[in-house]
Amino acid sequence: MAKKIPMLEIKNLHVSVGGKEILKGLDLSIGTGEIHAIMGPNGSGKSTLSNVIAGRQGYEITGGRIVYKGEDLTGMEPEIRAAKGIFLAFQYPVEIPGVANTTFLKEAVNAIRRYRGEAELDAMQFLKLMRQKTKDLGISEDMLKRAVNVGFSGGEKKRNEILQMAILNPTLAVLDETDSGLDIDALKIVAAGVNSLRSPQRSTLIITHYQRLLDYIVPDQVHVLAKGKIQRSGGKELALELEKKGYAEFGEAAA
Amino acid sequence: MTNLSSTEQPFVAAFDAARPGLPGAGLGWLATLRETGIARFKALGLPTPKLEAWKYTRLRPLEDTRYRPVTDADGRATVDVVPSILADGKDGPRLVFVNGRLNEELSSRRGLPKGVRVQCLRDALTADAGWVEKHLAGIGKADGQSLLALNTAMMDSGLVFRVARGVVVEQPIEVVFIGGLTAHPVAYFPRNLIALENGAEATLVTHHAGAGVGAYLANAVTEVAVGRGASFRHYRVQAESRDATHLSTTHVRVGRDASYENFTLAIGGRLSRNEITVRLEGEGGYCSVNGAYLMRGSEHCDNTTLIEHLVPRTTCREVFKGVLDDESRAVFQGRIVVHKDAQKTDGHQLCKALLLSTGAEIDAKPELEIYADDVKCSHGATTGQLDETALFYLRSRGVPEALARNLLVQSFLGEALDEITSEEVRQALTDKIVHALPAVCYLAEEWKTG
Repeated sequence: MAKKIPMLEIKNLHVSVGGKEILKGLDLSIGTGEIHAIMGPNGSGKSTLSNVIAGRQGYEITGGRIVYKGEDLTGMEPEIRAAKGIFLAFQYPVEIPGVANTTFLKEAVNAIRRYRGEAELDAMQFLKLMRQKTKDLGISEDMLKRAVNVGFSGGEKKRNEILQMAILNPTLAVLDETDSGLDIDALKIVAAGVNSLRSPQRSTLIITHYQRLLDYIVPDQVHVLAKGKIQRSGGKELALELEKKGYAEFGEAAA
Repeated sequence: MTNLSSTEQPFVAAFDAARPGLPGAGLGWLATLRETGIARFKALGLPTPKLEAWKYTRLRPLEDTRYRPVTDADGRATVDVVPSILADGKDGPRLVFVNGRLNEELSSRRGLPKGVRVQCLRDALTADAGWVEKHLAGIGKADGQSLLALNTAMMDSGLVFRVARGVVVEQPIEVVFIGGLTAHPVAYFPRNLIALENGAEATLVTHHAGAGVGAYLANAVTEVAVGRGASFRHYRVQAESRDATHLSTTHVRVGRDASYENFTLAIGGRLSRNEITVRLEGEGGYCSVNGAYLMRGSEHCDNTTLIEHLVPRTTCREVFKGVLDDESRAVFQGRIVVHKDAQKTDGHQLCKALLLSTGAEIDAKPELEIYADDVKCSHGATTGQLDETALFYLRSRGVPEALARNLLVQSFLGEALDEITSEEVRQALTDKIVHALPAVCYLAEEWKTG
């Protein structure tokens, strides 16, 4: 039997932003169908990790590799990563006035389909897909007609991220502090959305400061990121321990 | 009289040669008006960057190109497709000017309501000479404007648009000016007269399009009178060809409780200057003067506006947004003057530009001059680059960079287009922008290597 290739394999990753080293030798391996959580204090490099996986400019890899489904991602454009199945749910989804949510989603879906050599969806097919997904996630169709994230509440913005994820159907989803700024009801809705997208073919990386999201999305593994490195890994009980003790033992003050 | 330069002399010589053949040659009052115009032009000369109002715009095409005045034969050039921005452009009322001359075959007055007149200045000089005499040069005063003076001397055609008292026209009326269809550079001097009588309402779209590759100079003057309680929506699309020079001077008078809305979309032309002066002359008068532009290559686009609040309780809104790529350049000079008696004036001006390349440049000069003490006025000007986070957001969803840039440009200009109150025109202009954006290549292979 051939050796199983992990969905994401990060080895000894060093990343600098503006000349300052943020990630200092990070290792992480996520298997297909697994959900991993990375927890850590502010400034530990959590957002740097999610941005560098998605391919944002300005994040310089000075050492190590990010390998996705056996392919080194270094230097790959963000849109190509998206086409290959990587999705990043933003901590602060961007408002784009004047561009309707549907227009944005249609462009995204069809760009990815074109890349994969699939036929583009016409207006009717796209509408059908949208109706289905909004219904599954309990999202109002009104949200689709509005400009991307403009005038959305914090909860609506995060739900919009989950909707995009549902429509683009990635194989690796990275959720960057998806729980930040959400009240408990909004958090439950978002978590339910993520859970409904759980699949043996999809891996998920949840990046969070707090344990509470993990009450609703139960991870297979939890890692502690501090000072630019994974300091400790364990099962879901590690999250509970962190909630009690804080990050003090990793040399960082509890936030 | 100043000594005329080698750039100015040909225009004077062209006037001397063309004079006997200009429309209305038999009308004494018009001959006098033309004489006054050329005398004024000779005294002022062409504007140069030495003048404060022309500091950022140099009329270089007039220096390096020799234009000849258009002839009737030029007006008969074949046009394959008339660019129309309105859905029912083909069937609705529409006038088409080719190389500055009205082309009756391409024009249609079908569906024009009673009380609305759309004609060419040449015809109006024959059919309604009395009316033209009363209105021509009544609003557009030459004073310091030499291009206006030159137009007054040389005016060879143009649009006359009249809406009678209380007549409300729902449907936008389109007037298309097509240029670029001559082998040699030509110049034309349209003079447009627009008058909405008391209580009238209308929407006009003038579409200035380059159909060929020839160089041309359009030096147009438009005079607009919006009567008491009348409402006029005046939209302009400037999609001139690469070698075109588009000089447009507009003077507007807005009466009591009247409303004037102007929007200029500029997406093409080697050099353009859209200069507009609005006088709010009656209490309760309103004007909004807006624009969007999208420039590339070495195009130069100048928007110069002057809004004069002359009486109490008048309002103005001004929003200009532009996107500049390559080595293109834009100028925004927006002046709002609140006169001594104009208490309770409400004025707001906004000018924003997006620079897509390091070679692009915007010179913005917003000016508020306030002589009254009980007013509410504000202005703002910003210049920036594409939001890197927004670009990454779109790309992280699979949208190719070129398309992501287009969407963000569209988004940026959308805020200006939102000022257009006619839904049909707003949609048409949005489409126009989408088509003007750089083409996006979707081929996976090219993406990968690109």
